[in-house]
Amino acid sequence: MKLKQTVIAAAIAALAGTASAQVSDGVIKIGVLNDGSSLYADLTGQGSVVAARMAIEDFGAAKKGMKVEVLYADHQNKADVGSAVARQWYDVDKVDAIFDVPNSGVALAVSQITRDKGKAFVVSGAATSDLTGKACSPNTIHWTYDTWMLANGTGNAIVKTGGDSWFFLTADYAFGHALERDTEAVVLKSGGKVLGKVRHPLNTQDFSSFLLQAQASKAKIVGLANAGGDTTNAIKQASEFGIVKGGQSLAGLLVFLTDVHGLGLEKAQGLIFTETFYWDQNAQTRAFGKRFATANRGIHPTMIHAGVYAGVLHYLKAVEALKSDDGTKVIAKMKDTPTDDPLFGKGRIRADGRKVHPALLVEVKKPSESKAPWDYYKIRATIPAEQAFRPEKDGGCSLVK
Amino acid sequence: MRAPFRTTAMDSIFGVPVQALFGQLLIGLINGSFYALLSLGLAVIFGLLNIINFTHGAQYMMGAFVAYLLVNKAGLGYWWALVIVPVVVGATGVIIERLMLSKLYKLDHLYGLLLTFGLALIIQGLFRNEYGTSGLPYAMPAELAGGRNLGFMFLPNYRAWVIVASLGVCIGTWFVIEKTKLGSYLRAATENPALVQAFGINVPRMITLTYGFGVALAAFAGVMAAPIYQVSPQMGADLIIVVFAVVVIGGMGSIMGSIVTGFALGLIEGLTKVFYPEASNTVIFIIMAIVLMIKPAGLFGSQK
Repeated sequence: MKLKQTVIAAAIAALAGTASAQVSDGVIKIGVLNDGSSLYADLTGQGSVVAARMAIEDFGAAKKGMKVEVLYADHQNKADVGSAVARQWYDVDKVDAIFDVPNSGVALAVSQITRDKGKAFVVSGAATSDLTGKACSPNTIHWTYDTWMLANGTGNAIVKTGGDSWFFLTADYAFGHALERDTEAVVLKSGGKVLGKVRHPLNTQDFSSFLLQAQASKAKIVGLANAGGDTTNAIKQASEFGIVKGGQSLAGLLVFLTDVHGLGLEKAQGLIFTETFYWDQNAQTRAFGKRFATANRGIHPTMIHAGVYAGVLHYLKAVEALKSDDGTKVIAKMKDTPTDDPLFGKGRIRADGRKVHPALLVEVKKPSESKAPWDYYKIRATIPAEQAFRPEKDGGCSLVK
Repeated sequence: MRAPFRTTAMDSIFGVPVQALFGQLLIGLINGSFYALLSLGLAVIFGLLNIINFTHGAQYMMGAFVAYLLVNKAGLGYWWALVIVPVVVGATGVIIERLMLSKLYKLDHLYGLLLTFGLALIIQGLFRNEYGTSGLPYAMPAELAGGRNLGFMFLPNYRAWVIVASLGVCIGTWFVIEKTKLGSYLRAATENPALVQAFGINVPRMITLTYGFGVALAAFAGVMAAPIYQVSPQMGADLIIVVFAVVVIGGMGSIMGSIVTGFALGLIEGLTKVFYPEASNTVIFIIMAIVLMIKPAGLFGSQK
């Protein structure tokens, strides 16, 4: 909604106890900032708050005598609203670190503010690879995924199977532009070509006009450089306009578990895309998925939720080790410490702020293959951590020497 | 790289092939059908009740949700939904009118606007809590699945049905209000309720039913939308702003104005999506600003 509705829900995760001397005001305050009411709310939203609380619990903050609080706000996908919340949190509410922040436009703004204020920012929701490229910051870590990784995973897989001419439907803001740019690079590098592109406003209901343009281009692949509700509406209407029946294939460049759930397997089956987390990977992820769903209206975790969980866990480990919540120092410590959590396994954070872990190339199951609710993916390939993300030297980040 | 079509010498306009343009115009007409259906309901309610019904978007969304619930809880498909949903959602409108709106007729427009806006927020919030925001799938009725190749474009059968049904409902409504005896009572009641009441006509009940009818139109549009858009709690919130612009451009309360403007703006928006897609969600507001400067009462409105 257009009205300003910054809802702040605070939760005290740990009872009293003597906090470490150098933790400012005795409390570690974590702000979860994301889309709480619009097209990205199911794949981030309150689920990210649930994930953050689970991380605090699993870290054992209460037992260790650390007091950790979670705040939440809805940025409504507006960079100005997100910036205002970030400033308010850092200046007035004494928030130490901000997590999640889907919507690349908002994330880039919050990253800059965090740097100015010397705090800590761990991105899970936003996608643009610029966060660890030309806009990288000593105060920002990009955890879960990025546009380069999506392009590299999905783009490569599709070009290899003969999809060498593309038409892009692109969400018209920082994220869509970055995803289109990174995918186009992969397509061109593999000898494919891009026949056209059209940029649609964020949160578009009707894609028929754009789909018609895609159809007229005769491209083999219609690449959807958008996310959330935009992707599901585009996929739904593409089937109505006979895009796939006409011989063209859809490439959802960023698709989340909740999108597949919203579309239903009937419409989503066969889609191939890249994720970094799926709840049904191993015993630990299944246990997490089950616990998370119970606390989140039955909705299973997306990779963004998993990233918030793992990010908060690693952040708290660094704060504990440093006995300080100074943002710049904590981020440096997080980069120095190898990561280890039940969802992404062992990994590391590079100097440019990029967290690296393996990526999964998944295919959506046919309705007949799905055995249980939320049983949606077949994992076709695992891309090793060192190949999944853009090489550090190619990003143009000033922190890389 | 903006225009995705390759320019050929003869058969193109500004680099867009004429055939593709036909397709885009048809698409514009389909979207215009939704604008017309929704702005018609708003115009009926404003014209006859003087209420600016901001709940309209939420009622459109409720229409889609009730259709979804009918198929999933009661096994009643699309065609049943087309009949049942407007009645059910219209009935909630009647309750809102009786319990709340009827208290506000003597007050300034602003109070009705605030009440209906608040109701919209509450209804959307409730649905969001219950169903999340990813949207729910609603199957296309089997009779209207598939489509035909028109030569210049692939037209899904369902979209053709949307144009036909929406035109039928719009013209029917216009006819009832402008050309029948019932319509003349309605129009008379808005001009001078006391006099009409003196002729033995139950004006409050007529007003209540009119509101219910306006709401039913929104719900009908919601059912029409369910198979092509995701059924989601915010589906009406984004649309309603555009529809208000349509009503303002057409002239508040003008029935014919809202229908014609709805279809026309659908066309203009469709063309924008070809020539400059980035502006497709602002073009309607630009037109609104221009129209308001030149004709403050709207294209079909009369200055009172």
